[in-house]
Amino acid sequence: MNVQPVVLWTDALIFLMVGAIVLIATRIRKQPHLAEPWQRVARRPMAAASLIVLAVFVAIGLLDSLHYRERLPGGDPAAPQYAVDVLSAFDALVMPLRTRQEKTYSAPLAIRLYSKEFIERDGVRVRDFPRLQYGGAHLADPRAHLADVLRRAVSGAASGLLAVVAALLAAAAWRAHRSRQSLRAYLAAAARGELDWPARTVAVTLVLLCAGSAAVVSLASGYHVLGTDKVGQDVLYISLKSIRTGLVIGTLTTLFTLPLAIGLGIAAGYFRGWVDDAIQYVYTVLNAIPGVLLIAAAVLIVQVAIESHPALFDTAAARADIRLLALCLILGVTSWTGLARLLRGEALKLSALDYVDAARAFGVSHGRIIGRHIFPNVFHLVLISVVMDFSGLVLAEAVLSYVGVGVDPSMYSWGNMINGARLELAREPAVWWQLGAAFLFMFALVLAANLFADSVRDAFDPRRGPR
Amino acid sequence: MIAYLLRRLLYAVPILIGVNVLTFTLFFVVNTPDDMARLHLGVKRVTPEAVARWKAEHGYDKPLFVNAAAPGVEKVTETIFYRHSLAMFAFDFGRADDGRDIANEIRTRMWPSLAIALPVFVIGLAVNITFALLMVFFRATYLDLWGVVLCVVLMSISGLFYIIAGQYFIAKLWHLLPISGYGDGIDAMKFVILPVVVSVVAGIGSGARWYRTIFLEEIGKDYVRTARAKGLGEARVLFGHVLKNGMIPILTGAVVVLPLLFMGSLITESFFGIPGLGSYTIDAIQSQDFAIVRAMVFLGSVLYIVGLILTDLSYSWVDPRVRLS
Repeated sequence: MNVQPVVLWTDALIFLMVGAIVLIATRIRKQPHLAEPWQRVARRPMAAASLIVLAVFVAIGLLDSLHYRERLPGGDPAAPQYAVDVLSAFDALVMPLRTRQEKTYSAPLAIRLYSKEFIERDGVRVRDFPRLQYGGAHLADPRAHLADVLRRAVSGAASGLLAVVAALLAAAAWRAHRSRQSLRAYLAAAARGELDWPARTVAVTLVLLCAGSAAVVSLASGYHVLGTDKVGQDVLYISLKSIRTGLVIGTLTTLFTLPLAIGLGIAAGYFRGWVDDAIQYVYTVLNAIPGVLLIAAAVLIVQVAIESHPALFDTAAARADIRLLALCLILGVTSWTGLARLLRGEALKLSALDYVDAARAFGVSHGRIIGRHIFPNVFHLVLISVVMDFSGLVLAEAVLSYVGVGVDPSMYSWGNMINGARLELAREPAVWWQLGAAFLFMFALVLAANLFADSVRDAFDPRRGPR
Repeated sequence: MIAYLLRRLLYAVPILIGVNVLTFTLFFVVNTPDDMARLHLGVKRVTPEAVARWKAEHGYDKPLFVNAAAPGVEKVTETIFYRHSLAMFAFDFGRADDGRDIANEIRTRMWPSLAIALPVFVIGLAVNITFALLMVFFRATYLDLWGVVLCVVLMSISGLFYIIAGQYFIAKLWHLLPISGYGDGIDAMKFVILPVVVSVVAGIGSGARWYRTIFLEEIGKDYVRTARAKGLGEARVLFGHVLKNGMIPILTGAVVVLPLLFMGSLITESFFGIPGLGSYTIDAIQSQDFAIVRAMVFLGSVLYIVGLILTDLSYSWVDPRVRLS
């Protein structure tokens, strides 16, 4: 065994959550009345396109959640030593991106360093921009730079295009075979938009996505596609690694929000009386404290706690991970009040309805009434709020990192990227690529999430009706 | 009316006590003064004497609740709870780590904060309502559709991006306005414009979209149909009736943040170097000055409660059907 698997706390929770989602999804599939709104979501072109983009992000995030430590060479085979670096399956996949480190900044696709250095040229010491160690190192003649970049981009995009078109045709052929149509008739129907799913949008999204990423992969084999950062690390690698952090904050936070919001919100609305008063009091107090300050105070305390117990964490990654989890917990505890108030109002209305009265008259216990009659009728609100909150949480991470109460500074995150690079715009020439990459990735994830959330809300909100 | 106000004010007391107890627990029980001292002094120089000296300097060397050693009434007053927690109700916030009086600092710093936050609030409201009304006017056309898409795109961009891009293009490349800083009197104007513009633009996406849904909800109501049936033009219906009625939820929703404008915006102020309460808070968080953070938490919750009371009052003011009782 050359590697030692490492399961960080957030890894475990992520896979637990994925398992739960798969379980729920299989149950929903079996029940037509539950599956119907989801089918409505899937039929919307915007939702389908954003779902594909989200799926790519999630796939990278999941790959990045399979952690391990490499075994150090040599040593006693009976008691093997492992490296302190915790790597992930994603790292293994993009190993060259991680290891090809330059000296300092370099612009996207550059072949020379950002800053001048003394270099030997024809026996004379001159001050010039040195060639990069890896970026464009295969070019003997720097003048071939542009042509090489174009060639790689075009050939990469073309091969990606070929692959995705072949895959789409194969899928179409299979579907046509299943529905006993000719391939030609099936494709014609798809092109006219007559299928029961948005085939055109899905095809276009997949084509763009595959061609684009194939071009990036082909370029990345010879260059730093998004440049390098202050210590010479590839910005594309950092941006991709940050995806996991963004996803964790967006999803795990709801894991802490939901029990509080659902439990307390429904309890307040259903039981009324002093329970309601007490719960309302708690959330008014929490609401009264400015959100950022409460988060800051809690994070500072967590920081103190982590620093005073260094023995608990065997690697730096484990420590950063606990801080990430604590941040999710804190964000969850400070952000449940809105949903709880919504659910309280809804539960108040529902518990006055006749069928709930009837259930009470039959002697059904409170727990069963809440579980069978109240919760299923507020579930759409929970779902809408979860998907709507996701993008806000991803954006909040960047702001919190700027305030200094975000994720651990050693962790890859868009917030840390922005924080580290925001002063570099003042340099001449400006170092814009690190900021640009962080904002671009964040924008892509948040936009996809927002568009998807809108579709989910439209499909699930009964007030909006089918449109 | 007076009775109602009094009742609401009395209702605010337990909430403030709750906030106070929560902050006290967070800052003194969960995180003891010893921890704070160690955090401040760094890892290297932590001797018990240094910790004791730090605590004495900041007045954290007293017992938490009961000072058994002190005589008479000082058993209760010579404690951390009395000195640092109860004193807040008298707006006595004590001193920051640099020795300055926090209450005094708050009084001088709230004006720059207000100079940014108030224009952002007023202009932002006007701009968002204008955009929302335009989208509603052209509803169910491509203009409306693309307007909504634009809103979603705008709100998907990180707020930090607006600030950094604004500073880079407007101030650094085009030299239209100073990048950051603040001045006295009329001189402050040129420093205020950029943060205000950036903040307003950053808020358009979510604001305009939210107000659009409010107006669309209004437009489905009976009085709009009546107005149309009587032959009113679309513009008259929209600006004469829908706007007025839509303002009720918009204004009452905005009132709650009105007092909080004093607190300023954390991010904007620190990026633009405005010496307001927002940058004061962020500096305190970054230098881990717990006294200031506690003071700001308390101030923020007081202002929030004032906002809640104002909201109730504004409901009865704009909508005579609502009776305060």
